[in-house]
Amino acid sequence: MVYALLQRLGQMLFVMFGISVLVFLIFFATPGADPAARIAGRNASPEVLEAVRKSFGFDQPFYVQYLTMMKKIFITGDLTSFVNRGWKVVPAVLDTVPVTLSLVIGAAVLWVVFALIIGIVAAATRGSWIDKTLMVLGLIGISMPVYWLGEMLNLITQSRYHDTWMFSWVPPLGYKNFSDDPKGWFLTLVIPWITLSILYIGLYGRVLRAAIVESLQEDYIRTARAKGLSETRILLRHALRTSLVAFVTLFGLDFGALVGGSALLTEVVFGLQGVGKLTYDALLNLDLPIIMTTVLYASFFVVMANAVVDVLYMLIDPRVRTA
Amino acid sequence: MSAPLLEVVDVAKRFNVGTRFSRQGVRTVHALDGVSFTVMPGETIGLVGESGCGKSTLGRCITRLYDLTSGTLRFAGTDISSLSQRQMRPMRRRIQMVFQDPYASLNPRRRVRDLIAEPLRVHTTMSEVEIGKRVAELLDIVGLKPDHAMRFPHEFSGGQRQRIGIARAIALNPELIVLDEPVSALDVSVQAQIVNLLADLQERLNLTYIFIAHDLSVVRQVSTRIAVMYLGSIVEMGSADDIFARPAHPYTQALISAVPLPDLAALGSAKRIVLTGDVPSPVNPPSGCRFHTRCPIAQDRCRSERPVLTEQVPGRTVACHFPTDVTSTG
Amino acid sequence: MLKVRDLTVSFRTEQGIVRAVDGVSFDVGEGELLGVVGESGSGKTVSLLAVMGLITDPNAIIAGSIQYRGRELVGLKSRAMRELRGKEIAMIFQDPMTALTPVYTIGWQIAEQVLAHNNVSKSAAWQRAIDLLAEVNIPKPEETAHRYPHQLSGGMRQRVVIAMALSCNPALLVADEPTTALDVTVQAQILDLLHKLRRNHGSAIVFITHDMGVMAEIADRMLVMYAGRVVERGTKQELFSSPMHPYTRALLDSIPPLTGERPRRLRAIPGTPPNLLNRPPGCAFAPRCTLRFDKCDTEPALGSGQRAAACFRVPA
Repeated sequence: MVYALLQRLGQMLFVMFGISVLVFLIFFATPGADPAARIAGRNASPEVLEAVRKSFGFDQPFYVQYLTMMKKIFITGDLTSFVNRGWKVVPAVLDTVPVTLSLVIGAAVLWVVFALIIGIVAAATRGSWIDKTLMVLGLIGISMPVYWLGEMLNLITQSRYHDTWMFSWVPPLGYKNFSDDPKGWFLTLVIPWITLSILYIGLYGRVLRAAIVESLQEDYIRTARAKGLSETRILLRHALRTSLVAFVTLFGLDFGALVGGSALLTEVVFGLQGVGKLTYDALLNLDLPIIMTTVLYASFFVVMANAVVDVLYMLIDPRVRTA
Repeated sequence: MSAPLLEVVDVAKRFNVGTRFSRQGVRTVHALDGVSFTVMPGETIGLVGESGCGKSTLGRCITRLYDLTSGTLRFAGTDISSLSQRQMRPMRRRIQMVFQDPYASLNPRRRVRDLIAEPLRVHTTMSEVEIGKRVAELLDIVGLKPDHAMRFPHEFSGGQRQRIGIARAIALNPELIVLDEPVSALDVSVQAQIVNLLADLQERLNLTYIFIAHDLSVVRQVSTRIAVMYLGSIVEMGSADDIFARPAHPYTQALISAVPLPDLAALGSAKRIVLTGDVPSPVNPPSGCRFHTRCPIAQDRCRSERPVLTEQVPGRTVACHFPTDVTSTG
Repeated sequence: MLKVRDLTVSFRTEQGIVRAVDGVSFDVGEGELLGVVGESGSGKTVSLLAVMGLITDPNAIIAGSIQYRGRELVGLKSRAMRELRGKEIAMIFQDPMTALTPVYTIGWQIAEQVLAHNNVSKSAAWQRAIDLLAEVNIPKPEETAHRYPHQLSGGMRQRVVIAMALSCNPALLVADEPTTALDVTVQAQILDLLHKLRRNHGSAIVFITHDMGVMAEIADRMLVMYAGRVVERGTKQELFSSPMHPYTRALLDSIPPLTGERPRRLRAIPGTPPNLLNRPPGCAFAPRCTLRFDKCDTEPALGSGQRAAACFRVPA
């Protein structure tokens, strides 16, 4: 099993390398525009352009440019944004990571717990009105766009009903650092957590129910019944475990993407300075260094999430361990 | 003295499993290991053996559904061992195949008429009217009714679906048909019907069969000659009556003795040879004689030296260092 | 010890009611081996699933009586049925490759059954699992108990399934075609094993199969089923030496012989088993029977004796 893990690690590094080259080529090797102009921003003076050219080595061959860029991002960390006047990019990105992580991990905990409950209950009562209701609720959850839901919740909790006892605890939009103000940190995140997780609860609840119901058709479930085990035990110990594979696959992909910046809409709506919001602002301003860095960061997370998912598979399904 | 229809010479087939980076690296499955025999026109060769013996793989190699790893295949004198799939096409009119699972081998979205007509449409320039007539003719030959042509496979029972599969196989008047466990998935009473049908068709249409099965009673019934396979090679070959009356190879003896007979008189009189253990994996075949790990009479020589298929009596070959002597008659 | 009387299992479907089992009655005595033979659609599997209480289809209607040691099982509350199932009546199925849960070790799965029905410690249950594995001739049982199902061959998996079924010393073991999916040499090993286990545990066995050869080897008494009904019953000797029902005889005749002369053509039974949806009245086998006559338009009854056949040609 150790071998398989090492193998995964090797694959990960290989993919990361490939992505970095691809990103580099997209940004710097597309014919036509001058990469220096792109980095320096729209209204850069000729001196700035010249400085950029030198700093990034645009007069050098491609692989030197690539290495220079990588060095600036990973090793020296002194990649600077020209649009925002000397703002160091790498620390800027790293600053936003805790915000996104807080949002996504909290939402993930919420959605995993509730999706499990919904999926299991729906599968256990399959065909009944409970099952049907849960599935419809799930569908509603999937259909509501995150930004709409977020704004609606804001409307309710921040303005309309803010003064009522139900929502008066909701603080103004924005993020509070955990180390400075744990209670504030928690309160600012409650509504965003709910907003972000509703979509995923609906999706995962439905997926899990379908996977469990399918598992229940398998021969080994018939054997388990013939052993005289209770339906609950069969559901939780035998059917659930084998259905988790689908759940874990999706979870890995979604979680990775969210941490990498897909929670953008939620961050914007709730004024949280996360990676997504940073990327969004950078796109508006065409701030190339930041965009590059966030793209690399996002892809790194997706790749890592995939690797973690593979490891989880090995824990769940012994058949994968020796393959 | 006619020429052989099919010559299989030293055919080997190996599959590679796994990649360089997987845990055990690249492993080779030795599915077939130096198989040779000849098929004369009009006879039925029964290929019998248990899981992993390679009989299905051999069937697929003969019809070139698989490529051979090595060896030669000659059909009616022509070497078809390394023909490309395109070059094989004209050959496919003459060599056909019937598969085991009547539920999986028919496209459920096609009507019976189209399933049977497909080979005709691909290989001939017959008009739709002519095709229609031929399909009706074929349905009649296999014992189905003309109005069955417009139905879908799921509307039929297993036995009827197998008849449809057979109709499709004989549509182009082939010379050789490879049947891969054609009756194994059917009920016993239906098996007998299909076996009879196949015998009738063989006579009527001058067919030659290679009949692959694991059920010994069925194989005995249909075959003129039988090849017993174990872990990728033929261990014994001879006429059907001979093999069952006087099996020479210990595996054949064990196989025959293992079959429970629906005959109370046979109980107690037949000594059953129960083999220990399971069939070894074709990834790591045993050294020397492949069967030595389970053989009740294995000696030292069997562990190191691989026995060659030798002719004891004309028409009777065995691959064993210590075969039972079948040269004496009576 | 098991008395089944007039068991009927029907399924409501879109096209109407399908009677998979139609008035089936039989007995199983302590320690005996009853062979149930029949082809697809005969109702052999569904009848025994009904005995086990394993019919989960909400569209199923079960009527009749199933008495186990005096206790009525039809209509029994599911909790009570669960206590019996796996403990006093056990069942094993056809395909060993998919019979075990892939994500747990085989030792764990056997121990699970022991723990479900007995108040013992986990280590005691594990030890019992190892003992059972040894009893079914699995090599190195302590090691093998830690392995997963996918690491074992089909024959080994079926042994595990048998070990699991016998773990609580059931009085009755129902085996639904347990050797059909196995190679013939492995089948021989398993049948041998079942003989030995019968001696050691004293359980009665109901063995379902379509293979008359297997029947001849292991059965004490036999039941022949066709289209949801029992058409003949008797001891093994009686059925093989003088089969009474035309279906039984036709079935025996259609088997290609392994010894002796090869017939030019097999004596196949013409036609196919009836559609259970709209079964015409009268004897279900009549359309395919060479001995049919006008009386066959009404349904023949199976006599009540141990030796009986449901056919008007057979003197009652």
